Amino acid sequence: MKDVYPLAAVLLLQAGYNTIVVMLGAAALGAATGIVGVFAMLRRRALIADAVAHATLPGVALGFITAVALGFSGRSLPFLLTGAAITAILAALSIQWVANRTRLTEDTAIASVLATFFALGIVLLTVIQTLKTGGQAGLDIYLLGATAGMLREEAITLAVFSLIVAAIVAALFKELTLISFDADYARAHGFPVRLLDFAILALVLAVVVIGLRVVGLILIVALLITPPAAARFWTDHTGRMTMISAAIGAFSAYFGAAISAISPDTPTGAVIVLVAFSILLLSVFFGAARGIVVRGIGARRVRATP
Amino acid sequence: MISFLQIDLPALLVGTLAALVCTLIGNFLVLTRQSMLGDAMGHVVLPGIVIAFVLAGTTATWVMLAGAFAAALFSAMLVEFLRRVARVEPSAALGSVFTVMFALGVLLLEQSGVARTSFDVHHILFGNIETAIWPAATSLASLFDLNALASLPPQLGRLAFGLAVVALFVVVLFKELRVVSFDPDFARTVGIPPQLIGGIVVSLAALAAVVSLSAVGVILLVAMMVCPPATARMLTDDLKTQVWLSLLFALASGIFGYAIAVLLPLAFGYEISFGAAGTIAVVAGLLQLGAMLFGAKRGQPRTA
Repeated sequence: MKDVYPLAAVLLLQAGYNTIVVMLGAAALGAATGIVGVFAMLRRRALIADAVAHATLPGVALGFITAVALGFSGRSLPFLLTGAAITAILAALSIQWVANRTRLTEDTAIASVLATFFALGIVLLTVIQTLKTGGQAGLDIYLLGATAGMLREEAITLAVFSLIVAAIVAALFKELTLISFDADYARAHGFPVRLLDFAILALVLAVVVIGLRVVGLILIVALLITPPAAARFWTDHTGRMTMISAAIGAFSAYFGAAISAISPDTPTGAVIVLVAFSILLLSVFFGAARGIVVRGIGARRVRATP
Repeated sequence: MISFLQIDLPALLVGTLAALVCTLIGNFLVLTRQSMLGDAMGHVVLPGIVIAFVLAGTTATWVMLAGAFAAALFSAMLVEFLRRVARVEPSAALGSVFTVMFALGVLLLEQSGVARTSFDVHHILFGNIETAIWPAATSLASLFDLNALASLPPQLGRLAFGLAVVALFVVVLFKELRVVSFDPDFARTVGIPPQLIGGIVVSLAALAAVVSLSAVGVILLVAMMVCPPATARMLTDDLKTQVWLSLLFALASGIFGYAIAVLLPLAFGYEISFGAAGTIAVVAGLLQLGAMLFGAKRGQPRTA
């Protein structure tokens, strides 16, 4: 029980300026993934997002090697994230090529691209671990995320990028909603469906890369899947759903960052995912629009579940 | 020679056996559009293995199997609950469950202190083929010495057991598996229950995941469940040929991948080292790329 007081203090923003900035940065990221996730889910891009996230690993490793070779610190964020973005884009293109040009189905395309890129990343990481430079351990945080040791500037950059993503979605909101619910109608009325789908994929790529530092590349996809899935239980209205999803994402990331801040052995990404999933379970039962309680199925089942 | 027996042979066997067992069952996952199941399986069994290890305090085969199966079963039930009762979109149900199970596994690993003793997150992610050693081997004669053979790494026994079970089911049920994979409706009309066969395939995939996970890590099992079968599928329409070819590719990936991991650093004078699980998976991916570019059946219609 002794952990309760520090957690409350951290959650209520009394943990020092740096921690506060990091938590707010994480919350901004959670909101951005929650927003983008709604459209990724509606356009069935969730599993592609998982593959693309795993495919950032070789990019992060190559970014590290390039930075070291050029005499910079291996942990410098611009190198790592540029590398991550490049291999993520390559993976997205590869999936498209495999699914369109070979007889393999999309799920096989996604799984094999994910496996090959991630394996390449692992090979590069094992190479880096034997290089005679410092900072290798710093790469671990990109796997499962960490807020410990995160710089104020990093958190602010993250928040700014998240806000840009949110602004882009807001600007395209009507078009994205339309193609999510009735792509044929949108196409018939001259909306550039392919371009908008591309925009969704680009936004997914962006939040994945931005989120690497906090959530890690293995679990970032959960922030794209779980908050929108939970939000669906509260409303049928896309606008409100997007806002609720953003709120759930923000809360999960905020909470995860807080817990991670007081217990150093806790990978931030793992805590964030557990919080988000708890909210999904709560929403499944008590959601105002589609929750099991509201739908009135089996009151007994509700009592039997913790 | 002795160092080959003590260090390389066990690692090579572990890597290759894991590649074979995952590939064998992977063929049926690829054909039934469940390729991501291998990925999901690799993630969800982690908390089961950790909990079983913490409770029982041992890495004995049956303990690991029980924990992993419990976790896989629990996950399957959770996914079904989200899909059917709560009506969550199928891929979102799968995605949210396998991420939360992995997150739980990671936290349990870190918090229980297991991470610092027998296996840690790195081993699960990257594979730890290199830890399979056979110190009892003193000469070639050890290969025929029962006492020495008894001290082969335990994961080798687990993998051989898994491969035997999967192979047995695939051989006995081959006709049923073929019909269900290509035409579930027809299967129903000739009295083969697709759900039952599907359930067996998923259970065998879980078994393959369990015996491979702690031995070679998530990535090798995911790669092997999909890449060699996909490679073979670029070359043939016949299921039996596909299965044999995929096993051949798995074997080749295991041998060449391990050889690259061991021999390439020699070329650099020991300055660097590669993780063998990663190189094996990369070789499998490159073989698939080659088949996708040049395979005779690469662009055939999908309904074979």
